[in-house]
Amino acid sequence: MYTLVYDGTFEGLLTAVFEIYERKLEPVKLLKGRWQSSALFEEVIPVVKDEVRASRVLRGLRKKLSAAGVQRLYIAHMADIADEDCNVLGFIRYVFNSEQNIEEDYGNRYVMRLSEILKMVRCEKHRMEAFVRFRKLNDGTFYAGIEPDFNVLPLLIKHFKSRYADQQWMIYDIKRNYGLYYDLHDTQFIEMDFAGSGKPSDVIAAYSEDEGIYQNLWKNYFSSVNIASRKNTKLHVRHIPKRYWKHLTEKF
Amino acid sequence: MNVDRITEKLNILADAAKYDVSCASSGSNRKNKDKGLGNASNGICHSYTEDGRCVSLLKILLTNHCIFDCAYCVSRKNNDIKRAAFTVQEVVDLTINFYRRNYIEGLFLSSGIFKDADYTMERLVRVAKKLRTEHNFNGYIHLKSIPGASDELMREAGLYADRLSVNLEMPTEAGLKLLAPDKNRQDMIDPMRFLKNEIIQNKEEKKLFKSTPLFAPAGQSTQVIVGATPESDHQVLQSANYFYKNFNLKRVYYSGYVPILADQRLPALHTAVPMVRENRLYQADWLMRFYGFHVNEIVNDSNPLLDLDIDPKLSWAIRNMHVFPVDINTADLQLILRVPGIGLQSAQKIVGARRFARLGWEQLKKIGVAINRARYFITCNSREFERRDLSGQNIKQFILASSQSKYLKNTQTQLNLF
Repeated sequence: MYTLVYDGTFEGLLTAVFEIYERKLEPVKLLKGRWQSSALFEEVIPVVKDEVRASRVLRGLRKKLSAAGVQRLYIAHMADIADEDCNVLGFIRYVFNSEQNIEEDYGNRYVMRLSEILKMVRCEKHRMEAFVRFRKLNDGTFYAGIEPDFNVLPLLIKHFKSRYADQQWMIYDIKRNYGLYYDLHDTQFIEMDFAGSGKPSDVIAAYSEDEGIYQNLWKNYFSSVNIASRKNTKLHVRHIPKRYWKHLTEKF
Repeated sequence: MNVDRITEKLNILADAAKYDVSCASSGSNRKNKDKGLGNASNGICHSYTEDGRCVSLLKILLTNHCIFDCAYCVSRKNNDIKRAAFTVQEVVDLTINFYRRNYIEGLFLSSGIFKDADYTMERLVRVAKKLRTEHNFNGYIHLKSIPGASDELMREAGLYADRLSVNLEMPTEAGLKLLAPDKNRQDMIDPMRFLKNEIIQNKEEKKLFKSTPLFAPAGQSTQVIVGATPESDHQVLQSANYFYKNFNLKRVYYSGYVPILADQRLPALHTAVPMVRENRLYQADWLMRFYGFHVNEIVNDSNPLLDLDIDPKLSWAIRNMHVFPVDINTADLQLILRVPGIGLQSAQKIVGARRFARLGWEQLKKIGVAINRARYFITCNSREFERRDLSGQNIKQFILASSQSKYLKNTQTQLNLF
């Protein structure tokens, strides 16, 4: 068993794929991050990201997959779901081992798994589009903290940029400690240093004057539209799982 | 801003609007114009109430003052409740501020009828116009068409709103006569027909001139209340089908009657809300719109009621056992769609995947097919399949016995009788 350790980027992954084919490594396991301890009978190979090798693999993928197919693979990897690298790798190998485009071969476990991952990621992206709750700060910026299950922040750019074009906003992934900021022209990724000021959610002591009013109005609206005689808690929680509640104005 | 007064108004007028079930914010294609605020495309449910319904729009009445006295309506003239009215500016401010915080997709504005139809409609249009022209608001706007409003106002409404809807209220004209003696079905149908023609004309113009302004891009919908009058599901669905066919409606909503008022013409106050029936009606509606079923296949003279224990597709299947079993690896998509336990997405995945290899139970399960229901109706790449010559009734019993969740409720209440 060979263990390939790479930096977690998509380029790094493609470089690892190059190594596997080049050196005919089998069986293999992929690991993200820095290599630390080694098991006794394993060989550990650190992979250094290499643009030339990665783009060769990418070219190969483009030949065998549709543009949307490559995109799906990229998103599935970027989502950063624990222990899915073996399935992503399995998918890539199945692509290269097949004559034809296998994107729709849902009978294959790797194709099916990739489709499942995509479904989960899309669902999480959609949830974030729904559950982001902006709070207006003194300087006019609208701020929202999120803690999505997967890394979906980059997938949110298009939606929020085209919708809130006339207000400055920031969406911050508290779990992964980076955010997205829109300055009325463009979006950029930012990292904030919260050292000394406690949790990111506490930093926002700078609400604008009318922020509290609208939060209250929204809470009132939310309870007014409920029809008590149709109460269905199970369905309610299925739609808004409890882990999202702490960032939802109407639920905390 | 008088916060307490606004809060009170919001509570009253949101509470009065909540029995309108439509909350769709999809089907429009309004882009964000000149770096303004908002857009409207696929629809997002931003929250869900504790009864499990989606909250997508700020759904309020402009006022709950009403000159009509419809038996089923909480805002009826003779009901002793608190009344309130928003100003145009108040609705605009609420919408903008909720929208900026990503609480909502837009506004759904309805109203009690005060003075007359045109006077009311004119106010609704004014809110939409202000949002669009003064605030460059491109989010979703759904306006109620007030029955009896003039064509000019309806045309203006179409220029600002994404969707317009007239509630038919009762599935049949007789039901309406009984419960809403002031209302006239023809008054509801007239604006619907007018808008249908305008939408068609707008589409034609759009083909010639790209600059043609949008006109109600998300079309029209309507709502019928079920369970307040004795119509059968056959009548309800026939009526829905008629309006889908003749008025190009995007949606018909079915609202299970919530007993809120004591009236001899209505079910008693503590009658349960017919939630299962409502659910079955929606399932039937989906079968008509997406699964290629004709309304008569779902309900007809010999089966006027939907089976509450099982969904209408399964119900159809056990009445039509001669169609099955279907071979998953060769059958047409249209036929696969008719198998209980296989949905739209699964059906499409099956058709895609079988080009590579014949599919067996394991793969079908992975694809998302509900095997416990589908197994009685299909064969696949496996020597295992249902060999017994089961009747439809047998299958229904097997499936009910093996399933839990929502079906159980009905069987339990029946058991309690003994």
